[in-house]
Amino acid sequence: MEAFFEWFRALYEQSGWNFVFIYEQYERERFITAMWTTIKLSIYCLLFSLVVGVVGAWAQGAKSAIVRNVMAGYIQVFRNTPPLVQILFFYFVLGTGLDRAGLMPTYDAGGYLEPMLGAFGWAVISLSFFAGAFNVEIFRSGIEAVPESTVEAAEALGYSRLMAYIYVVLPLAFRVSLPALNNNLVNLIKTTTLAYVIAVPEMMYTANQIWSDNVNVPEMMIVLFIFYVGLVAILVYFMHKWEHAMRIPGYGT
Amino acid sequence: MIKHLFTAAITAIVALGLVSTAYAGNERFMKVMKRGEVVVGVKADYKPWGFRDASGKIVGMEADMAQDVADALGVKLELVPVQSSNRMQFLQQGKIDLMIATMSDRSDRRKLVGIPEPNYYTSGTNVLAPKKVGLKQWTQLTGKPVCGKQGAFYNKIVAKRYDAKVVAFVNNAEAKQALRDGRCIAWVYDDSSIMADLASGDYNDYEMPLKTEDDNPWGLAVPHEELDNIWGRFMSGMIYHWHTSGRLIALEKKWGIQPTEYLTMMKAKLEIDRAHLK
Repeated sequence: MEAFFEWFRALYEQSGWNFVFIYEQYERERFITAMWTTIKLSIYCLLFSLVVGVVGAWAQGAKSAIVRNVMAGYIQVFRNTPPLVQILFFYFVLGTGLDRAGLMPTYDAGGYLEPMLGAFGWAVISLSFFAGAFNVEIFRSGIEAVPESTVEAAEALGYSRLMAYIYVVLPLAFRVSLPALNNNLVNLIKTTTLAYVIAVPEMMYTANQIWSDNVNVPEMMIVLFIFYVGLVAILVYFMHKWEHAMRIPGYGT
Repeated sequence: MIKHLFTAAITAIVALGLVSTAYAGNERFMKVMKRGEVVVGVKADYKPWGFRDASGKIVGMEADMAQDVADALGVKLELVPVQSSNRMQFLQQGKIDLMIATMSDRSDRRKLVGIPEPNYYTSGTNVLAPKKVGLKQWTQLTGKPVCGKQGAFYNKIVAKRYDAKVVAFVNNAEAKQALRDGRCIAWVYDDSSIMADLASGDYNDYEMPLKTEDDNPWGLAVPHEELDNIWGRFMSGMIYHWHTSGRLIALEKKWGIQPTEYLTMMKAKLEIDRAHLK
């Protein structure tokens, strides 16, 4: 491993290509932390946005007009504002507001009270709601593709509305929505870079710090590029596998 | 005939070129003396170095220094507000004759403008912190969140040297908002800028409690090609005199700036031993 690090140091000395985050321990540690933060951020956001999508799509078809209107309002607000604005709003307005109102639990971080929900938490919340709003619409399109007669058949067999939704409508709707969902989740992973504006130490933020300190902008840009291509490729690989596994011959395409 | 005209034109152009090269290197200085007015670029939004008073006039420590220059030359003074992003261009384009605008003296800048020695001031890294935190030493930052601006070189120094958790935002406005919101215990930045904030009156419950670290000298600037001619040499003399006469220390006091060790050090260093005159 040491030899591997030293090879990059030699590369810098000989060619000027400065991949400082490989051979210098401090930079390496913060680079690894950054990769891990981006991966964690992506996974949390993916999961929460799916939950928001599924629950939201169900709420859209709810009997109560209030629930339906709240859902429509949520989608309008989150689809019609830039994710950058949402993150800043959540962190600086909502986060600070909760702190000020004393609604945010804090813990003692060594003589200093730190709010339970920091920059990372707010990034997860705002990005999940952002992608969630799109997921709701994606699932709705899937649900609407399930023939009414299928739901009626399920109800005739004694399913309640909720049970029919979970066991009949959702599995079928999922298959229809997967390609669109795939797109939205890829976008979500790329949008996690916006968390750098509220100082979440993810890849974009750390790359920025590293190139500010070492003036190696082209190298870090290349690394960022490769990292996101790789990360998205992993997601797409699993989504395709999933799509394949859920395929029903003769249903859809 | 046309050929003769052409030759004459070429000769005229070359001759003009020769005349202008004869003045090259002192053009700006000659222009200042001829017009009887020196145009100095200073900051207008950087209290107490250069800012606008209630009447809209630019005042401050660097405005006073510009006045000294005009007085020594025996010409009138015109102050032009500049910003960090355009101050060197203004000087290169001839919009200003001299720039005294809180600029750090760095080698890449020396390639663009003429920075006469010695340096007239320094600034370094310090923090702005709420008084109630009661910071006394840099080591108290260990393990605590400290706000900063993305891209500032001291973020890494503070993180490495004191193990502080630097939380860096895109702009100073966001970083200072996070400090006010209590998301970090201090804001790490340039001490001169922090002093400017403290002087603005918006940060009365805040202080700059630590000893400034990593001082970086400031330089005023003349056009690059005039550094080793009259203009540059004259300004070197001005700075030298500002130091030895104690003028800079007096100005610092006048504008309520925390005394810098650098000025005392430079005064002692540059002062001539006049024992042989006694």
